[in-house]
Amino acid sequence: MSNWVDVCASNEIDEEDVIRFDHEGRTFAVYRSPDDSYHATDGLCTHEKVHLADGLVMDDIIECPKHNGRFNYKTGEAKGAPVCVNLGTYPVKVDGGRVLIQVG
Amino acid sequence: MDDRGIVIVGAGEAGVRAAFALREKGYEGSVTLIGDEPHLPYERPPLSKPVSEAEAVRAIVAGERFAETGIAFKRGQRVAALRPSEHQLVLEDGEALGYRRLLLATGATPRQLPIMSACGVLASDRIHVLRTVEHAAAIRRYMGEGKRIGIIGGGFIGLELAAMGRMLGAAVTLIEVQPRVLMRGVPEKLALALQVRHAAEGVELICGVAINAISADSDSVVVTLGDARRIEADILVVGIGAQPNTALAAEAGLAIENGIAVDAQLRTSDPDIFAAGDCCSFPVAIYGARRVRLESWRNAQEQGSLAAANMRGAGEMFVGIPWFWSDQYDLTLQVAGLADGAVREVARSLSPGAEILFHLDGEGRLIAASGLGPGGAVARDIRLAEMLIAKAAKPDPGALADPAVKLKSLL
Ligand SMILES: Cc1cc2nc3c(=O)[nH]c(=O)nc-3n(C[C@H](O)[C@H](O)[C@H](O)COP(=O)(O)OP(=O)(O)OC[C@H]3O[C@@H](n4cnc5c(N)ncnc54)[C@H](O)[C@@H]3O)c2cc1C
Ligand code: FES
Repeated sequence: MSNWVDVCASNEIDEEDVIRFDHEGRTFAVYRSPDDSYHATDGLCTHEKVHLADGLVMDDIIECPKHNGRFNYKTGEAKGAPVCVNLGTYPVKVDGGRVLIQVG
Repeated sequence: MDDRGIVIVGAGEAGVRAAFALREKGYEGSVTLIGDEPHLPYERPPLSKPVSEAEAVRAIVAGERFAETGIAFKRGQRVAALRPSEHQLVLEDGEALGYRRLLLATGATPRQLPIMSACGVLASDRIHVLRTVEHAAAIRRYMGEGKRIGIIGGGFIGLELAAMGRMLGAAVTLIEVQPRVLMRGVPEKLALALQVRHAAEGVELICGVAINAISADSDSVVVTLGDARRIEADILVVGIGAQPNTALAAEAGLAIENGIAVDAQLRTSDPDIFAAGDCCSFPVAIYGARRVRLESWRNAQEQGSLAAANMRGAGEMFVGIPWFWSDQYDLTLQVAGLADGAVREVARSLSPGAEILFHLDGEGRLIAASGLGPGGAVARDIRLAEMLIAKAAKPDPGALADPAVKLKSLL
């Protein structure tokens, strides 16, 4: 059932950073937190469909590059105007130095 | 206890944000939001950007949120007068409404060209300004193949409309009386890069000319330039800036200074009246309390939110850094801070076609950063620059210029 998809090597994402990952017509944002955990959300901001991978990661927050809407990338929670709809989140694991996400 | 609640005049970006911020911060008293437009509050930025017709009207909040949060929203109603000494305002139909605290978020109105009244052509079916959904819909009708659009004013709205016109197949002529576009607020290098792009997209760009006359009939508009050239178009859009809506405040005796004058807590000269957004001028802490008025979407939100807190006595200072963006073709321009006062410009090239200019003052302090590039290319570094500006940082110019140095490491 569990379809884990390989994203990249774990060291291909800097600490407190984000990359874009495209898979079967869907797009995701995959994060590495300052405490070295990995996370994944929908790739596009819920305000206007702008990719979050150009945004700024600060602690648990990804800030949208377009209008600075903020989400908690660990929970997907929208942190207030202009964004009010949460991001979907996806399970992530690191296995043998590779980052994998479960796209469901 | 005074049971009169908080009343907000103007249901735009600032007013709506203030209303919801009051509820988000736990205020349970009455909140009344009054707006003279007949619609649900909508965002203005999409009006000049080539989004699909369906997306052109983007609500700021879903309509049901007003009832859910107990915000009384009076739409299509103009506030005609304020009576500060009685803590009262009067609607156009004569209804009087009491307030405990009042927020003025009345926005701004596009300027008309003096020559238009001199030539007897005021805004007509062929001549438009752009501020509202009605304006946008009227302009959009001329945005297609085979149409000719004339634009006066190389500011953001004019340039965005030029891009939109070209992307939708219209012929576009843009007239700017200054020697280049975006004279205010955008460094020459980036403004010229945008000009090159517009020219490459087929916009006929005419800078540094006087406008001698404008005439319109039911079929077309003709602009006659100082050099006797005649520009004929199906529609003319005038985008030469906006003036703050201060009449209500001025008639009520509030201090006006290039907008409704507020202090660092966004309070007007009346202690129970606040103002936020495009209608107000305020002191910017990081620039030695220099008074400015901004027309920027994020500023309207930030000030609306802070005014909400301060109307309840939070006493917080506004510390936001001026910031805006503009979209033209696939390019996004973002500017953080105010660059006037800079003596040095340091360029950082991020990728081909994406560049940031850092503006430093005489003491090496970073006071502004301007970036232009495709999509989100400059966003992250502009945001980090904004944080450096807020900290009054004096980053090493060599590090700023070197794209290999992460700006985050300079924080
Ligand atoms: C076409 C366009 C494109 C833009 N693009 C960008 C962009 O790309 N980036 C950016 O940063 N900014 C952009 N802006 C600027 C941004 O939209 C404004 O800064 C923002 O809307 C200001 O919000 P506000 O609430 O202060 O004023 P407004 O949004 O103007 O709202 C004020 C409201 O008050 C109402 N009102 C006024 N007087 C009364 C009264 N007496 N009684 C009742 N109601 C009243 C007005 O009708 C209006 O609805 C753009 C603006 C326009 C017009
Ligand atoms: S697109 Fe993300 S905040 Fe607007």
